[in-house]
Amino acid sequence: MFPEGLSISIRRPVNHSIEVLVADYGHIFRAISDFILQLLLAIESVLRGAPWWAIIIVFVGLAYWGSRRVGLSVTVGGLMFAVGMLGLWDQTMQTLALMLMATLLSILIGVPIGILTAKSKGMRLVTLPVLDVMQTMPSFVYLIPALMLFGLGKVPAVLATIIYSVPPLIRLTDLGIRQVNHEVVEAVTAFGGSPTRILFKTEMPLALPTIMAGLNQTIMMALSMVVVASMIGARGLGETVLNGIQTLDVGKGLEAGLGIVILAVVLDRITQSFGKAQGGE
Amino acid sequence: MSDIKIRNVYKIFGGKTQKALELAKSGIDKAEILRQSGASVGLNDVSLDIPSGEIFVIMGLSGSGKSTLVRHINRLIEPTAGEIYHGETNIVGLNRKELRAFRMHKVSMVFQSFGLEPHRTVLQNATYGLRVRGTPREEADKVGLDWIRTVGLEGYQHKYPAELSGGMKQRVGLARALAAGTDLVLMDEAFSALDPLIRADMQDQLLQLQTNLHKTIVFITHDLEEALHIGNRIAILKDGKVVQTGTPDEILNHPADDYVARFVKGRNRAYA
Repeated sequence: MFPEGLSISIRRPVNHSIEVLVADYGHIFRAISDFILQLLLAIESVLRGAPWWAIIIVFVGLAYWGSRRVGLSVTVGGLMFAVGMLGLWDQTMQTLALMLMATLLSILIGVPIGILTAKSKGMRLVTLPVLDVMQTMPSFVYLIPALMLFGLGKVPAVLATIIYSVPPLIRLTDLGIRQVNHEVVEAVTAFGGSPTRILFKTEMPLALPTIMAGLNQTIMMALSMVVVASMIGARGLGETVLNGIQTLDVGKGLEAGLGIVILAVVLDRITQSFGKAQGGE
Repeated sequence: MSDIKIRNVYKIFGGKTQKALELAKSGIDKAEILRQSGASVGLNDVSLDIPSGEIFVIMGLSGSGKSTLVRHINRLIEPTAGEIYHGETNIVGLNRKELRAFRMHKVSMVFQSFGLEPHRTVLQNATYGLRVRGTPREEADKVGLDWIRTVGLEGYQHKYPAELSGGMKQRVGLARALAAGTDLVLMDEAFSALDPLIRADMQDQLLQLQTNLHKTIVFITHDLEEALHIGNRIAILKDGKVVQTGTPDEILNHPADDYVARFVKGRNRAYA
């Protein structure tokens, strides 16, 4: 047995600080929460309000724009149609809204952090272990405080999704920037390019395929969180899966599960095709 | 006008920099400094005078510090100690903004593996220096096109670097440097990555351009033939130290030490 006198517990201080956060800074979190919620509801109302065929046309259009391949675009359209036929259209749109929101915030958070990580050694030293924690810490551990701070519902679901899914975007933005040909950066520096100009006009465009691969991974990981997200009140496909499990309705669970897979495949193909299109030049 | 004076420049990489610098100044050799301080000496008390309007070749084997040295002139690498003058300006003393202005207006560079931006066309690459400086696009394009024509790439201005051969890419690199219109051009092993025939073409083209342009060109190479062919003056570098400086004739006929003599021997035999 490990000697008991040496044991320490961080349980009490952690609990205490969370309580303080909730009591004293609750209004800040409420404000953030409201902002995210309003934006999410706006996205959701657009997706759910638009006619189904319009959504499918947009998906097919995006797929064709990115890939210039008719076969792929038709497949994407067919898959989205299949989701509708499974009777999961509304849930899929809810899940899609959650995904878009989480992805949008992931880009806003992940890309700048990735750039800083690539540029500064100190930042790298801090970021990399934090990312490891974010990816390995069981999501339920941070769901509980998130619930206390933001209440039950869509917002903590979005935040939990971001915590889990933003690391690949940060990692690949960092990698993409660091992988830009050293001599190219040297050349634009030698001709007097400013750091901002070099970042936005040289490094970012050249890192874009890698960043897109990161975005693709972020979306995939976000989708794998939908069931967990529905446990804290997000609606959509995850909720249907959860429902199926709770009522031992295997068929219903499988249908919704298929819906998640289809959404994953469709988003994967679309984001990948954009990554390749940019990389081809 | 645009002569370069390099004065007692040291460059130490890694390890205990200050200690290594002291050791280097007291004349201890590279291997011993590495053993005592863990630092690698890139440049060791380099002083050179580069006259204006000439092609000045810095020659040495890989690891001799020649690419490190040329990057000190536009401060892509910062010296550990020493001074570098361009005319009256001490380049080492420039602050960030002044340094950027210096790079924009006074010096341009050609790189061994070209350093072209793959997402920009030939024309966009060639006009980079002008655009950074704030020259309006139309004017920059006109100048850029002129240089693209001069280096023999007319018709390729809207291609991307990936669509060009190595020799053509380096012509773009050359056009980019010349379009910037600076008096001083640094060329770091500019032709080393090219096939022998294309390389000879490029050397001749450079010499031909130089008869009209009279730029100050600092040309780095590891190839004696190239150095003798294009250099008005040659400096030979070994282990970060200047072993000899002189005209091609002086280097060939009066090698300063065994190292230079060995360099030159093969050549003399070949032409005997």
